[in-house]
Order: sequence, then structure tokens, then C-alpha cells
Amino acid sequence: MIPSCRHDVLWMPVALIATLLCLAPTEGTAAEGTAAGGTAANPAGNDPSTGLAAVMSRLAQRRHGEADFTEEKYLAMLKAPVRSSGTLIYDAPDHLEERTLAPRAQSAVLDHGVLTMQSGKRSRSLAIADYPQFAPLIDSIRATLAGDRAALERAFELRFSGELEHWQLHLEPRDPQLRATLKQIELTGAQDAISEVQIEQRNGDHSLMHITPRE
Amino acid sequence: MNRAHRATLAVFLVAVGIAIFIVARAHYVADLSAFLPQSPSPSQQLLVQQLQDGPASRLILVGIDGADAERRAKASHELASILRRHPQFGLVSNGESGAGEADQRFVFDHRYALSDAVTPERFSVEGLESAIGDSLQTMTGTVGLSGADLFRVDPTGETLQVVDQISGGTQPTHASGVWSSKDGHRALLLLQTAASGADTDGQEQALRNVQSAWASLHPVGLSLLISSPGKFAVDARATIKREATRLSVLSAALIVLLLLWAYRSVPAVLLGLLPVASGALAGIASVQLGFGLVHGITLGFGVTLIGESVDYSVYLLVQGRSSDNRALWPTIVLGALTSICGFASLLPSTFPGLAQLGLFSIAGLVAAALVTRFVLPTLLPSRMRMADLTQLGLTIGRGLARATPRPLLARALAVGLGLICLSVLWGTRERLWNRDITALSPVPETARRLDAELRADLSAPDIGSLIVVTAADDQTVLRASETIGRQLDTLTADGALAGYDSPAHYLPSERTQQSRVRSLPDGPTLRERVGQVGSALGLKADALEPFLQQVTAAREAPLMTAATLQGTSFALGLSSLMWQNAGTWHAILPLRGDVDLARVRDALAAGPTGAAADVGAQWLVMNIKQETDSLYGSYLNAALRLSAYGFAAIVILLLVALRDPARVLRVLSALLLSVLCVVAALALAHVQLTILHLVGMLLIVAVGSNYALFFDRRAADEDGAALPLTLASLTLANLCTVMGFGVLAFSSVPVLQALGMTVAPGTLLALYFSALLAPRRLWSLCAH
Repeated sequence: MIPSCRHDVLWMPVALIATLLCLAPTEGTAAEGTAAGGTAANPAGNDPSTGLAAVMSRLAQRRHGEADFTEEKYLAMLKAPVRSSGTLIYDAPDHLEERTLAPRAQSAVLDHGVLTMQSGKRSRSLAIADYPQFAPLIDSIRATLAGDRAALERAFELRFSGELEHWQLHLEPRDPQLRATLKQIELTGAQDAISEVQIEQRNGDHSLMHITPRE
Repeated sequence: MNRAHRATLAVFLVAVGIAIFIVARAHYVADLSAFLPQSPSPSQQLLVQQLQDGPASRLILVGIDGADAERRAKASHELASILRRHPQFGLVSNGESGAGEADQRFVFDHRYALSDAVTPERFSVEGLESAIGDSLQTMTGTVGLSGADLFRVDPTGETLQVVDQISGGTQPTHASGVWSSKDGHRALLLLQTAASGADTDGQEQALRNVQSAWASLHPVGLSLLISSPGKFAVDARATIKREATRLSVLSAALIVLLLLWAYRSVPAVLLGLLPVASGALAGIASVQLGFGLVHGITLGFGVTLIGESVDYSVYLLVQGRSSDNRALWPTIVLGALTSICGFASLLPSTFPGLAQLGLFSIAGLVAAALVTRFVLPTLLPSRMRMADLTQLGLTIGRGLARATPRPLLARALAVGLGLICLSVLWGTRERLWNRDITALSPVPETARRLDAELRADLSAPDIGSLIVVTAADDQTVLRASETIGRQLDTLTADGALAGYDSPAHYLPSERTQQSRVRSLPDGPTLRERVGQVGSALGLKADALEPFLQQVTAAREAPLMTAATLQGTSFALGLSSLMWQNAGTWHAILPLRGDVDLARVRDALAAGPTGAAADVGAQWLVMNIKQETDSLYGSYLNAALRLSAYGFAAIVILLLVALRDPARVLRVLSALLLSVLCVVAALALAHVQLTILHLVGMLLIVAVGSNYALFFDRRAADEDGAALPLTLASLTLANLCTVMGFGVLAFSSVPVLQALGMTVAPGTLLALYFSALLAPRRLWSLCAH
């Protein structure tokens, strides 16, 4: 018999990748999205919850998205911040890809619940469902893709500010285990395009990611 | 009753007393071992041991079907928590996260002892720079931040290295937090019993506990599926016991009814059954004396003995009352000797079921014949009121006279029929024999399918190709497994196999653990090297402080033992791959993928595996299915060869006794023709022959020889006075045999069924063909 073997630590970045990817921007869907009733009724978006509903509804309508990213990490143990860059790809409903090109080529692909990480010659595949501690988080992300705000709120405390053309979404994890390491995530975007992601850890490490949709 | 009679009776009673004593104290086994070899080949011995007593034999695969994933997961959790409290289960796994956290902790805590990558080079300045640089790039290249914490304690990536080493094996998937089938419709559990697989009572108890734990959950809309080698054994035992009892009672009842109808005398029927009962008693006692144990299935064969031993008393009671019975005993003795020649050919078989059947039959027949010859006559009342069967005999004779054509035509018919049968057999020769051992297994097809399904769902190793390592102690076995593992790594890289599992993955040998720990530099040295590497990689001075502390701790840590693994799923991994039996340690390394066995064997033989032999370990590469099939094939070939010897012995016996080749030819043709017809009919019905059909053929010859010999004997008579009673007794005896075996043909145990459907029609044909080929003169005698 082969025992199961997991390592939570390995999974922390995965959960975050997925969070980011699901919120990654796309091109050319905003026009279709404006037809949604709630958005049309409150175009000003001054009411935060209405604005969030509008953003969620647009996010839900994306089928495909590709974007370039650059990220700077500020880690306490490093003398200087490190920078990485690459591409993010999303295909509805559950295909997410992170392709890092610098400092060296590596990738993480989440497809139908199986995550494959590749780095150099090494490749490992894992089924998300085998990691029950993260299953709720991943499920909430999938629900977010489907525009299910309630599911996102089960995993995070949300604070929305701004308006549809320029919004900020502040996320704080509810799960105590996750709270112990992750302090907050701050997303900045316009319509259904996210342009910036800031992540802050409890220990002070933080990162800043810039996202540019691909034409 | 005279003194000689009294002495005979006294001897008989003493013999019965001794036999009852032995039978009452006999050791009965009803598992599947009757179908396993007692073979001298070491790989086959290991195979049998593994099947009977190995860790795999202690696994119980459990599935929960129905309702939805949440409710299945809840049921799985509740069932597991009840069973974990039972001391009968060594391990209860259902994939719950509790166990997973223990595993993660274990891998993390023991990463330096477990990782293959830990060498002195890895901890040199160059090695550290490459390993730490690699981890740093992976971490910084991954979106997000959390990899940083792991990096600080394990910058050389040993945790991931160990995960990679172990997770080469596929694992069950999860749904709602517990193990689930790949399609997600079934929750899965894996239990390991404390009782050994050979302990059928212990297995039965364990299975009952699973059932009652399940019932206590009051599951609505959920169903429990169980499969295990133990369950196969328990079910097989119950089936064999039930069938043996049911069939013996049924055939005995039918035979008693038939004899009552024929004799119209209760004392005659009771006396007629005395040789049968004595024969059965003698048979069981001899098997116990000869083998030290009695297989349940042998008792099932007891029915076969009823079929033949009842014949003797029929001959005595029916024919013995006629005026001319001088020919009776020589003919019965010759018939019995013929049967014994046939059964003796089973004795040297290494197939325990067959050898026991041979001894059981010989002892039973001898006892039945002796009791009929010496005991029965002393017990017969001088004037027993019994139906006169002369009229019945005459009717049968006239019927036969009409049903058998003229001699020339009869012979032409026989030759023609024989040729047709032979051509059928030639046409089906490719598929005539079933060389798959599962053909003998009393495990029903549906149960085998469920087992295969659950096994696939659980990714439990289907017992396919594996390497077995044997040595005197656990450390030697582990060291040898490591040596072989290094060879297998190379072969895996070359594509000769997809991967393998090894007990050393879960518990490295002490020597390997020591050498890994010795690869770790002491505190000051490591601090100096890490400082040098760290500043080159842009790390702050104290960035890897946790790493330095952990390496120092790892250098001081005690070596891992099997006890260290307690509470993790690695304990199950280890105990299912390595175990102790009778002072010897065994390890199995299951090979995965499409394995090129020849290449693995060659590589191991050529490589430094010799080192494994140097330290006193032996290894064997084998494929279980191939091994069992070749084993069964060798049984079958041996049985065919032995049957041929038995047949030759019968020919010689008849030549010596009858002293006339023409008569011998006539007797043998009737028997051979019956066998050919039955086998051809089975082939046409797409029944593949097994070793038990062969035994059936032997029984046709054994029982049928009585008929042919009696016809032969009566044909030598000057008048037909004895003929009607001979015919009546032969018909009666034949009906008893057909009934006894006919009942077996409806058994759900394949071996009994095979025997029944061969012997019942075969003996009927033997009677007819004996009559067909008998001298025509016999029938004219009847006409008068």
C-alpha cells in the first residue's frame, strides 16, 4: 500500500496562485457585461456592495484571459527585492496557468483539479482534492469564477472601495490556519481587469504584482 | 454366528473405533490452500506464503456506495473511528486529514534520514550553492510569498525530494476529505487485520466486526462493499462446507430411496450402506494420517466414494443371492484393483487436493470392498426378505437386446463415434484445456470483479510483477532492498519499468541513515559554508539560521525504527512491504508499469546486486500471475502424465487378469469411448477442461471398468442363469453413481461441478457401451 503524502507548506503558494489567476484580467468582455441588470441600475457604483456585485458579475462572464505579469518580492531574508515575470492564462471553467519566464522558466498549471508544477526537469502532479485543507479555498475560487460572491466571502472578509472604473478589493482570510501566515491581499482594477495585486504576510514579507492584459 | 464371524466382527469394530478416534481429532482446513502447491521451488514457496500469510493477505478493501459524497464521507469517518478502537485491526486508513498531517510532520522531521539526495557532496560549498540557489529560484519564480518559510528551514529542498521519492506511487484521490474512487462515486477505506491471512477464523471475526460496525451506523441509502483475500477464504469455506453437506445428504437420500425401491427391505438398505460409511471413515482417517490435515474439499469428494462403494454391496446383495456367485468376487476384486490403479496415479501429485483425493478414494474403496467381502456376509440374516430382481434384470436384458445392434454394426458404430469424437477434440485442441488457475477457484466471478474494481480505486498494488528479498534480519533485507532499488532507479530511467515501491523508501536501513547523517557537516563547518553561499546568493546573514539549527538537531537525532513510523500511513506502507515469518524476513518491491521482466532479471544479475547476496540476502524477480499459471500448468501436465501411467497400469492389470488381448480390448474400448464422448461433448459445449475433469475421466474408467468386466465375465458363462441379476445389479449400481455425481453437477463449487458433469454422463455411457460391445450371445440368453 502506498501511503498518501502531502506537504502543506508546498501548498501555500498554490492557493495564492489560484486566487490571483481567477481574478486575472481579460480583454474585450466588458461590453457584454454591462448588460447585467444590477450594474445598469446603479451605474455610479458609489454603493460598495453594488460595485462589488458589478465586478463579480463581470468576472463571471469571462471565458478566456491572458496577461503578462511582473512581480517584486520584498523578503526579510533577502538583501534586495527579487523580481520575476511571466504570463498568466485562464480558460473557463477550471484551467489556470502561471508561466514564469524570469528569473528562470517554470510553470504551474491547474487543470480539472490537478495541479502540475514544472521546474527544470522536475515535474510533479497533485490532485487538489487530496488536500482537504485547501479544497474549501479552491472551491471558493471556482465559485468566484462563476460569480458566486457568497462563496468568496466564506473564505475572505471583503472590503470593496472605489467604483467600477477604478476599484480596490481588500481580502482578509477567515481560516485561522491561513490567517497565521497571510495578512491580506489587495486587488486594484478597472471593470473586470485587475491591474495590481499586493500580498502581505504576517511576518512583514510582501509582494507587488503588475498585470497587463495581452492584446 | 460362529467364532470366525465373531473374530471378524471384533476386528471390524476395533478398526471402526480407531478410525472414529482419528476422524474426530482430525485437523480440518477449509481455505484455498487445497489449490496451492506444496512445491519445492523457492519462488513458489514464497508465492504461496505471500498469498496465505503475507501482508497483502491481511488487507481488507472497503467501498461505500450510494447517496452523495458528503454522506459517504461521514459514513467513512464514522466507520473508521469505530474500527480504530478494535484491536483486531492493525491499521484503518480512509484518507482523513489527521493521518495526512502526521505524514507531513514525519516527512519534514526525518527529511535528512529519508532523502536520497543527502550526500557529503550535497553539503559541500558547491553542493549547497547549487541546491540552495535552485530552491531560491523556484521560490522567487512562484507567484506569492509563502514558500519563504519552508525555504528558511529547508533550503536544500529535502522535504520535496522525499515527497518525490515516495509519491512515485499513485494514491487514491479524495472527495469531501476522505479517499474516493476516481469517478468520485465511492468512498474507500483500507483495513489491515491483526489476524494473519491464513487464520480463516480470525478473518471471519474481523469481517463480522466490520459488518456490525457498519450496521450500528444505520446507514440509509448507502451500501457497503467488502473484498479481501480473507473474505474469499471465509466465503469459500462456507460454500464448500454448505455444498459438501448439502450434496452428500442429497445424493445419499436419493440413493437410499432408489435402493429402498429396488430391495423393498430396510435392513438390506442399511446393510448396503455399511461399506459406504466404513469407506468414508477409513478415507478420512487415512488422509489425516497421511497428510496431517484434511481439506474441506476432500470431504466434498466423499460423494464420489458413495458413488462407487455402494456398488459393491449392490453386487453382493443382488447377485450374491443367486445360485452361481463364484465369479462375483474375482470380478469385484479386479474392478476394485482397476479403480485403485487409477486413483494411485493421483497420489504423487504435488497438488494437495488431488493427492488427498487419491488416498481418500483408495483407502475408502479398499475398506468398502473388505467390509462387503468379510463383514457384510456375517451380518446378513440367513433368510432376509428382499425383492427378487430377476424379473427386472430380464426386462433390462430384453431392452438392451433391442437397443444394441448386430456385432458388426455395433463395432462400426463404436469406431465411427470414436472417430467423430477424436475429430472434435482435434478441432478444439487449442482451447481444450484451461491453463488459468482461476478456473479452479471457488471465488465467484462477481467477487473477483469487485475485488479488481476496489483495488484499482485504491491504487492498491495489483499483485503483478515484483521482487522478493529474503534474509535473516530486517536490516539485511532493507540494505538489499536499497541495493536493488539503485538498480531499479537506472532501469526506470531507461524505461524498463514505470517505477517501484520499496520498504526502504519508508524506513531506510540503519547503515543508510547513518551514512546520510554523517554527510551533514558539524555546526561550525555548516555555518561557515552557508554564510559563504548565502552572501553569494543575496541572502541576509541570519536568513538560514533555522536551517542550521535543524541540521544540528538532525545530527543528534536517534535513528528511525519501525516504531518511529507509528501513527503515519508509512507504517502501513512498511508493514505491507516487509514482514517476518518463521525467523526469516521478507521484503517485496512491487514493480509498476509494463515491466520488461527479462531485462530486470538480467540487469539485477549483472549489476552490483551481487552485494545483496554477499550480505546474506536472496532475491527473486517474479510475476505472480505467470508464476501461478505456470504452476497450475505444471500440475496439469504432471496429472496428465500420471494419468497416462495409471491407464497403462490398468491395461497391464487387465492383460494379466484376463489373459486375452481381445477381451481386454473390448473392455477398454467401452471405457475409452465413454471418456471420448464426454470430453467431446464438453468441448462442443465450450467447457474448458481443468484438472478436475481429468479426475472425472479417471473415475469413469474406475467405475465403468466394473460394468465392462461383469459383462465380460457373464459372456464366459455357459448358461444365462446369473445374467438377469447381474444386469439388475449393474443398472442399480450405475443409477446410484449417476445420482451421486449428477447432484455434484449442480454444485456452485467449480471443482465439484466439473467432476459431476464428467462422471454422471460418463458412467451411464460406460454401461451402455459395455453392453454395446459385449458379445451378442448375452442378449440371446435373456430372450429365453
